[in-house]
Amino acid sequence: MPGGSLLVLSLVVPLGGIVLAFAAGGRQVERIAALTLPLGLAIAVAIAVAVWQTDGPLVYLLGGWAPPLGVALRADGLSAVMMTITAAVICAVGVFARADFRTPVGSIESRASFAFWILLLGVWSGLNTVFLSGDLFTSYVALELLTFAAVPLVSLDGRAETLQAALRYLLFALLGSVLYLAGAVLLYGAYGTLDAVLLSQRIHAGPVTLIAAALMTVGLLAKTALVPLHLWLPPAHAGAPAAASAVLSALVVKGSFFIVVRLWFGVMPGLPGPVAAQLLAALGAAAIVLGSLVALRQERLKLLIAYSTLAQIGYLFLMFPLAVAPGSARLESGGALAGGMLQAISHATAKAAMFMAAGLIYAALGHDRIAGLGGIGRARPVSQHAFALGGVALIGVPPSGAYVAKELLLRASADHGQWWWTLVLQAGGFFTAAYLVLVLAHALAPAPEPAPMRTPVVRSREAAALALALCSLSLGLVPWGAVLPVSGIASSPLSAKAFGKALWPVLGGGVLAILLGRWEKETLPVPLAGAMVEMAGPARRVALAVGGLIERTDLALRQWSAAGLSLLVLVIAFCAAMVAAR
Amino acid sequence: MNTATVFGLAAAVAAGLGTYGLIANPQPLRKIIAFNLLGSGVFLFFGVVARRSAGAGFGGDPVPQALVITGMVVAFSATALAVALLLRLFQASGSATLRPNAPASTDSGRSEA
Repeated sequence: MPGGSLLVLSLVVPLGGIVLAFAAGGRQVERIAALTLPLGLAIAVAIAVAVWQTDGPLVYLLGGWAPPLGVALRADGLSAVMMTITAAVICAVGVFARADFRTPVGSIESRASFAFWILLLGVWSGLNTVFLSGDLFTSYVALELLTFAAVPLVSLDGRAETLQAALRYLLFALLGSVLYLAGAVLLYGAYGTLDAVLLSQRIHAGPVTLIAAALMTVGLLAKTALVPLHLWLPPAHAGAPAAASAVLSALVVKGSFFIVVRLWFGVMPGLPGPVAAQLLAALGAAAIVLGSLVALRQERLKLLIAYSTLAQIGYLFLMFPLAVAPGSARLESGGALAGGMLQAISHATAKAAMFMAAGLIYAALGHDRIAGLGGIGRARPVSQHAFALGGVALIGVPPSGAYVAKELLLRASADHGQWWWTLVLQAGGFFTAAYLVLVLAHALAPAPEPAPMRTPVVRSREAAALALALCSLSLGLVPWGAVLPVSGIASSPLSAKAFGKALWPVLGGGVLAILLGRWEKETLPVPLAGAMVEMAGPARRVALAVGGLIERTDLALRQWSAAGLSLLVLVIAFCAAMVAAR
Repeated sequence: MNTATVFGLAAAVAAGLGTYGLIANPQPLRKIIAFNLLGSGVFLFFGVVARRSAGAGFGGDPVPQALVITGMVVAFSATALAVALLLRLFQASGSATLRPNAPASTDSGRSEA
């Protein structure tokens, strides 16, 4: 069937690009990548259009054998949306990275260029396989492909710290995937199949199934770096080159998150129950608080953005308790799921834009210290605007995708009467705005003397970052009802009331930034800000004490012993939570 | 206690030792070996599942055997990638440790604890 062969093409094109690039080598690698990226984007858009037009999901049976013997690739609305956004972000990263990873004139081949383009295509094929896989073992293989392509991206520059970060990432991710595999083995032993549709028909609660669900969930949480299993993320994402950080933060962590969604909503919707969903979202809330507060205390821009990724990953998991239907305790694919997926794709585009802008600033200034950002707005206005717009899109200013996602989640939480998640959702906006205000306040300050710019402006790179930021900012205008289970938003995203609602997080964020940020007297933008920081003296001391406590907690959690222990404790906790719901 | 149960218990012991080693050992090479032990335990367990769900006349269900072969290839590639990163780390910094900001070891033959 024509739709099915599109699914195969979306896997074959990036993989074929890798094989061709290996064979051709040298300068041809960039050209092959430059040809493959738009082709893959076209295929992803074609799949989205095909899914929109047909009633059920697109299915392709590998070799013509039907499950349970064969393997099926399935593309429904969720897959189509994720594949399109993945293709768009990877194309933008490809445009951005052409200047960084070009084989220099006069040499036949450069290792960084050769590695980067092949790994980019590898990450893309892994992600496409994750989004299309129709059974649990294909998901395992896809996750491993994704991890093996993402790990070397961390250590592309070959420094010792990045090699350490890459090895730490690989080992912890492998621990997560072995747990996932153990759960899949248990499920095969109990039900005789790993196909998602067949399994969802046969599955019922029992000790083996609950243990398998807990193992698989915790293994995937380790790969997604949800607090307290986040030991590998900050050094890995901050140490990678800018284009690689964009791909890692925006897309790679979404792969394992997508498998969690498929597992909980597709394979075993009636199994986890409300208690386990609340536990998952409680971890997400802890991630928001820890990630945002530690981000406020950072001195380097890339580390701040990496900790912001930690916080936004926590945001993604808030949708689970809001999707549990009150009567039947089943997870239903409704507004909460749509909100969660919208949050995922708006974070993907906005975070990629922010990392790319940070890379441009680093290339211009030669460093990424937040305190030394003064004057960048005058020298590199487009980069600064890309960063600001990406951050604004992340806060949830209408008409960004994050705004629509938050509205959907708030509506679901009001419907379910779970007021505590309303509080967490609103507080999340404050925390996100806090570190954005911190960076922008430093960037808008006039520099004492104009800093020399290290490299000339490359318009295409700035345009790529700005385009992604604008994309994230306008995601709320897309009619999602065609592919996601959205049923109308209460207020139009462009109304004045909506803008007013978005002002509060910025003000609250400003207060948090004054209380917790690192301010040096010379870099304050206006004397009024200096007076505000002075006035907040005693409050600042209290806030800094709390902030220091949270920083020490983060440091303690990022030791192998603490992370490993949390892993085992979480498996037992999820088991207990699922049993408690019976 | 039949054969499948014995193998299942052995798989559990291997997986437990591997998990402990991966979490508790600070040296990366030992973590890699522990990961292999853990993986072997899970694959052995998959073999036990194959034995127990064997159909008439078969010694073992063929589907898990195919999945285990794929899993072994994946684990092998993972080990190769991890060892390559470890060797490169040792070349770049003179010590093979995952602790940040550790000083280079003076005894180049031994990896730091």
